[in-house]
Amino acid sequence: MDGSAILARLRGRLGAQVLETHDRLGDHTAVVAREGIVDALTFCRDDAELRFDMLMDLTAVDYLKFPGREDGPRFDVVYHLYSVAHNHRIRLKVRVEQDASSVPTATGLWPIANWLEREVWDMFGIRFDGHPDLRRLLMYEEFVGHPLRKDYPIERRQPLIGPNV
Amino acid sequence: MGVGTFFTSKLDEAIGWARKFSIFQYPFVTACCGMEYMATACSHYDVDRFGAGLPRFSPRQADVLFVVGTISHKMAPVLKRIYDQMCEPKWVVAFGVCTCTGGFYNNYATVQGIDTIIPVDVYIPGCPPRPESVIDGLMKLQDKIAAGAQRY
Repeated sequence: MDGSAILARLRGRLGAQVLETHDRLGDHTAVVAREGIVDALTFCRDDAELRFDMLMDLTAVDYLKFPGREDGPRFDVVYHLYSVAHNHRIRLKVRVEQDASSVPTATGLWPIANWLEREVWDMFGIRFDGHPDLRRLLMYEEFVGHPLRKDYPIERRQPLIGPNV
Repeated sequence: MGVGTFFTSKLDEAIGWARKFSIFQYPFVTACCGMEYMATACSHYDVDRFGAGLPRFSPRQADVLFVVGTISHKMAPVLKRIYDQMCEPKWVVAFGVCTCTGGFYNNYATVQGIDTIIPVDVYIPGCPPRPESVIDGLMKLQDKIAAGAQRY
């Protein structure tokens, strides 16, 4: 299915939950309200026309001090979906405020979301409500902070053993 | 040998000569340098010519620890424990720039050279080092093994 047709189908089903859409550089993307993200993902997976059976990636972007986003929500959580059956793709985004940085989990839809959400929590400090086991994935338990946040000091080191260089 | 001829040597030199040609290595392979390590070990470059052809996959059976690839802070205690499990005499080879200095990974995750954690005998720079560099490093290690004071 064509990318703009996918966006139209999403808009038709989800209505006002789809906050905006764009197809910059050919990447068709829908920004969805936080409350509607699980509905949107479930519809993408189960609808016969869409059949997004694969969660390719689940990641986040920190827009701290990003030109044009100074006053907006700090983070975007990005879902990359792919349909093996129809060979088409879509991106869904959820905007997340720094203070209420949590998103409903997608682990009930795709099991791989378990580790991907753990990675996003580890790197960005965004919580996923309803996640069964939200521990760090890449860094060690003793690590303090979230290293891919733009305000994580670039020189800060937290070695387990050995000198702090 | 006929009657009256004899062979003299210092015991240290004899043991050093034997040890340098019976290197049992423990390959601690964490990253892309492992590919070059495999190339060095296989028939084309044939590390067995130097008596180092038999890797041991238990540190308790190994003489030389080959640290091959980037060591993260999360992995550092594991590497230290592997090193501590090896019996004396033991040597350590830092294989590739990541193990020598951290390479170009100067970030929150990467140890800036394994010599901040364990002692290193030979550094083999390169990203990754070519098999010729590895063999050069191995021969330098052999010289060091043979020249050092032997404990037994």
